[in-house]
Amino acid sequence: MTYWIGNRTMDNLLISVKNLRRTFGPVVAVDGISFDVGQGEVLGFLGPNGAGKSTAMKMLACFLPPDSGTATVCGHDIITDPVGVRKSIGYLAENAPAYPEMTVAGFLGFICDARDIKGAARRQALDRVVKTCSIESVYHQTIETLSKGYRRRVCLAQTLIHDPKVLILDEPTDGLDPNQKYEVRQLINKMAKDKCIIVSTHILEEVEAVCTRTVIIARGKILVDSTPELLKQKYNASLDEVFRKITKTRHVA
Amino acid sequence: MNGFCSVFKRELKGYFATPVAYVFLVIFLFFAGYLTFKQGFFEIRQADLRTFFMNLPLLFIFMVPSTAMRMWSEERRTGSVELLFTLPITVPQAVLGKFFAAWAFMGIALLLTFPIPVTVIYLGDPDMGLIITGYLGSFLMAGSFLAIGSFFSALSKNQVISFILSVSACAILVYAGMPTTLNYLSTILPAGVVATVESFSIQDHFDSILKGVLEFRDLSYFVLLIVGWIWASSMILNERKAS
Repeated sequence: MTYWIGNRTMDNLLISVKNLRRTFGPVVAVDGISFDVGQGEVLGFLGPNGAGKSTAMKMLACFLPPDSGTATVCGHDIITDPVGVRKSIGYLAENAPAYPEMTVAGFLGFICDARDIKGAARRQALDRVVKTCSIESVYHQTIETLSKGYRRRVCLAQTLIHDPKVLILDEPTDGLDPNQKYEVRQLINKMAKDKCIIVSTHILEEVEAVCTRTVIIARGKILVDSTPELLKQKYNASLDEVFRKITKTRHVA
Repeated sequence: MNGFCSVFKRELKGYFATPVAYVFLVIFLFFAGYLTFKQGFFEIRQADLRTFFMNLPLLFIFMVPSTAMRMWSEERRTGSVELLFTLPITVPQAVLGKFFAAWAFMGIALLLTFPIPVTVIYLGDPDMGLIITGYLGSFLMAGSFLAIGSFFSALSKNQVISFILSVSACAILVYAGMPTTLNYLSTILPAGVVATVESFSIQDHFDSILKGVLEFRDLSYFVLLIVGWIWASSMILNERKAS
C-alpha cells in the first residue's frame, strides 16, 4: 500500500478507513471512502453541507454502524471492537451535546466515571482539562446556564479528559468568538505533535491555520486528498477558490 | 460494569437535580395516602395494608410512565445520546443503568410510604409477612411498568407520545385482569381464552402476591415481563439511536 503524503509508516498509523459506506434510505451519505491518518497529522475534513463529513465521523466514533466497509482506530476495529475504539478516541459531536441540568463539575465527573479514571489520575485529568479549556470560572455552574462558547469548551474538555491518542472534532470552533477560535486552534496545534486529529470545518482559514492535510469530500466521495499548500500551488488560488472550483465542477459532472 | 455504574449514578442523581423527583414524590405520596383513607383504611378496622396496596396498580399506570418517558426520549431529542454512545458504554449497559436507576427511585418512593405500615403496626398487630410481600409485589409491578416505559421511550423522540403509549400498554395489562373486563370477555369468549387473558394480566399476579404467597408463577411473570421489555428496549435503541 502506498501512502500519499508525509512521513507516515505502519508504526504510527492510527486511523485506517477502508471503503466505508453508509446510506439513509435512498440517500447515500458516505459512499465508499478510504484514507489513513497517522500520528502527528491534523486532517481537515472539508465539504459542502450534507457532504457526509459528520456521518463519516460518527462512524469512526462508533455511533453509527456502516453499511459496508470498515475502519480501524488505534488497532481496534470499529465493527468488532467498538468499545475499544471509544476508549482510545475523544469525540466532539457537531452540536456539542451535554446534559443541561448537570453542573460542569458533575458532568466531567460522569465522564471520568464512564472512562474509569479514578483517584489521583482523576484529579490530575480534571485539573489539566479545566486549565487547557479555561473553564475554571464556570466549573460549578449548570451547563444550561452557559453561553454557547463555554458549552462547547466544556464538551471539548470532555473529549480531552482521558488524553486520547485520536481526536475527532466535528466543527470544534462553531459558535465561538474570534478569540476563542484562536485559542482552540492554538490548542489543536499544541496537541498535534503526538496525536492524530481529524477536524471537520467550513472555515477555510482554519484549515490553513491547523491542518497538515486536507480531504475534500462531496456527495459522500473523496474528491481531493492533499495538503493545503499543495492545493494552493496546484490551482494557483486561495483555498476558498480551490474549494469552490473542486466542489462545484465535480457537482455538475 | 463501569458503563452501568456511571449511568446508574448519573441518572439517580439526575432525578434529584431537577424538580422531577420532588414533584413525583409529593404527588405520589399524596394520592397513595388519599386513596387509602378514602377507601376506608380506618373504617375497615383491620390491621392490614390491603386498602393501600390495591390502589397502587391504578396509581402506577399514570405515575410510572411519567418517570419513564424521559429515559430515552429526552436523550435522543437533545442529542446527548451521541455523547453517551461514543463513551465506552454499550447499549445494554446504558439501558440497564437507566432502568435500575429509575427502579431504585421507585423503591425510594415506596419506602417513603412508611407512615402507613407504621400506623398499622402502632394500632394493631398486622401480619408482617403480608406487608413485606405486598411491598415486594408493588416494587416488581413498578419495575414492569418502568420496563414498558423504557421501551416506548426508546421508540419515540417525543415524550408525550411515549407517555401515552406506555400508559395504554400498562392499562391494558392491568385492566385485562379486572373482574369487569373478565366478566365481559366470558360472555363472548370461551373460558379457556378468558383464563389465558387473566393469566397475562398484571392484576392477577399482583393480587396473588398480595395474598402473601410468593409463587414461582407470579415471580417469573414479573421477571419475564421486565427482562422482555428491557431486551426490546435495547434492540429498538440499537436500531434508532442515530436516526
